[in-house]
Amino acid sequence: MGDEVTTCIDVSSWSCPLPLRDCPHIVMGHGGGGKLSADLVEHLFLPAFHRQESDCSEQSDSLSTLGDAATLRVQGTRLAFSTDSFVVRPLFFPGGDIGKLAVHGTVNDLAMMGARPLYLSTGFILEEGLPLAQLSAIADSMGCAAHASGVKLVTGDTKVVDKGHGDGVYINTSGIGLIPEGVEINPMRARPGDVVLISGKIGVHGMAIMSVRDGLAFDAMIESDTAPLNGLVQAMLDVSKDIHVLRDPTRGGVASTLNEIAKASRVGIVIDEAALPVPAPVRAACELLGMDPIYVANEGKLVAIVPPESAEPMLERMRSHPLGTHAAIIGQVSDQHPGIVAARTRLGTARVVPMQIGEQLPRIC
Amino acid sequence: MKYLDEFRDPALAQRLLDDIRHTASREWQIMEVCGGQTHSLIRNGLDQLLAGKVELIHGPGCPVCVTPLEVIDKALAIAAQPGVIFCSFGDMLRVPGSDADLFRVKGGGGDVRIVYSPLDALALARQHPDREVVFFAIGFETTAPANAMAVHLARHRGVRNFSMLVSHVLVPPAISAIVGAPRNRVQAFLAAGHVCSVMGYWQYEALAKQHRVPIVVTGFEPLDLLEGIRLAVRQLEEGRAEVENAYARAVTREGNAPAQRMIAQVFEVTDRKWRGIGPIPNSGWRLREAYRDWDAEVKFAVSDICAQESALCRSGDVLQGHLKPNQCPAFGKQCTPARPLGATMVSSEGACAAYYNYGRFVVEGGNEWVTK
Repeated sequence: MGDEVTTCIDVSSWSCPLPLRDCPHIVMGHGGGGKLSADLVEHLFLPAFHRQESDCSEQSDSLSTLGDAATLRVQGTRLAFSTDSFVVRPLFFPGGDIGKLAVHGTVNDLAMMGARPLYLSTGFILEEGLPLAQLSAIADSMGCAAHASGVKLVTGDTKVVDKGHGDGVYINTSGIGLIPEGVEINPMRARPGDVVLISGKIGVHGMAIMSVRDGLAFDAMIESDTAPLNGLVQAMLDVSKDIHVLRDPTRGGVASTLNEIAKASRVGIVIDEAALPVPAPVRAACELLGMDPIYVANEGKLVAIVPPESAEPMLERMRSHPLGTHAAIIGQVSDQHPGIVAARTRLGTARVVPMQIGEQLPRIC
Repeated sequence: MKYLDEFRDPALAQRLLDDIRHTASREWQIMEVCGGQTHSLIRNGLDQLLAGKVELIHGPGCPVCVTPLEVIDKALAIAAQPGVIFCSFGDMLRVPGSDADLFRVKGGGGDVRIVYSPLDALALARQHPDREVVFFAIGFETTAPANAMAVHLARHRGVRNFSMLVSHVLVPPAISAIVGAPRNRVQAFLAAGHVCSVMGYWQYEALAKQHRVPIVVTGFEPLDLLEGIRLAVRQLEEGRAEVENAYARAVTREGNAPAQRMIAQVFEVTDRKWRGIGPIPNSGWRLREAYRDWDAEVKFAVSDICAQESALCRSGDVLQGHLKPNQCPAFGKQCTPARPLGATMVSSEGACAAYYNYGRFVVEGGNEWVTK
């Protein structure tokens, strides 16, 4: 299958001169949620998958909109459908574990389409030698997370690979949810004048993981923010169904999410650096490692883009929800510099907030 | 946050800016030596705020940028060997060698790991006695004490499967080379605060006197930078050429004596090639003879590797202040952070990457966005 895909693609027809072309191998950056990931989807997967569709003469539903989930119309009902794989190391980290993350991840992808998540499937790839007690703890955690999110885990699969061929456990979850009538949320709907909100403090999950990772371990009281966002989204939809965009800024952080929205909607986005809620320990860890919190992963936050008239009531409703107490307005959508995200600094100057190229790397000094 | 917010205060920044604008009777050319300073200047848009009064010339102080191509190639050759765990600071992984970078070596099966301290690499060597653990020891005087300490401990504890690929460079010889060059435009220097926190600033006094050039030891936060620039502009206006310390909370004249002793014990001065600039006499450190067994160049027999720079890349002119990154014909075209021709486009401290990432657009009149 792999060989078939690569030989089908006309490499010379790719439109952007990017490392993908020169590099015969997958590098870590392809999974980093930044530019390399986006290029892989745009230049490798989409051409391959769309070719398949045109061969079969089937209608493309929503791969081209590239939201967090596909939206499908089935006999008059609109469904959101999403899948996500989890390869986190270590398996247990401050504030969560891979199981909890796997449930929340897919629940959130569905919620970002405004859908009410219903059912999840799960696939496990287990490494030979994994202690059963660990797997049991992960499974319990998934059960609890599903219950708390109001979804059911209804089907699954297990495979085992030889020792040394996996990091203990890899988990995939897929899920479906119902999109209510009148809800039309996708990354292409940001309009000039719209207001950009964030549901809480940023950079927490990424720094929690980094604080316990081999080689970079540091003492910090940072717990992952992993949480199911469907309840918060429901509360927001009660204020107004006319939410233009919702995204959960996971890998690549808020910066990558905003860049994707700016590109998809062909608008500019201007954020106010001073308005970004960054907790003190995250800021300290980022300063130390030479990283920028705006590129650090979140697992229980959402970015919302709403029409200006609903921004204040939306903010108020978010702040009254337990997962939105630190919600803030962080910027605006503009008709200037389409496709580009800019930040106003505390000193009143402006700079571009680029898409992250590969993985964010700790600086030398 | 304590010790950060105080040095990013917009009202205080405005006062320093007003002072600089009031003092400067003309536009002065000032070089910030360190890449961390370049990063902070561009990220905070200080160059925009100083336009017409101070032209900032970005110096060669990004260790990632000046590490010569052949040393990168040596690193790639070592990292690709079976049985090797190759450890590096994060931002070296994307620096292009002649035909690959460490990420690609990793993608091709090499065991390349990011560490934040050379001591972590030493710990890895003790955990994996059957593997050869190599640490890529690059950087200015700032990273040297920890690197020296790691080799010293390896020898002291008899850790034989640990070695270092060393390419340390030194600031004072680089300043001397820049200010003595026939095309020099630099009228004052902001010395690198972190380098001086280790080495002190007494070495710079002779340089200031000999070349009649003001040197101000400067930190990295917006207020640190503005204060350094303010002092440099004052000296230039008053015709003085002295060493001043605008980073007194971290730097003393004598520096960190125990760190200097550790460096002197492990390293000795050597000639060093700088990527994009060429050889500068006595501008680097290498391991002393007593530490030969921990020298990766010797252990892996890679001393013979040579390399040729891309003809399109003009990072040398950028590093010496002859060219702004965006004046390079390849900037943003053949050369981008996703596909860098030279190291200055790779590291977040590299002048070209800083321009590309933060400075492609400037706000004019509030909302107008134009290409620089």
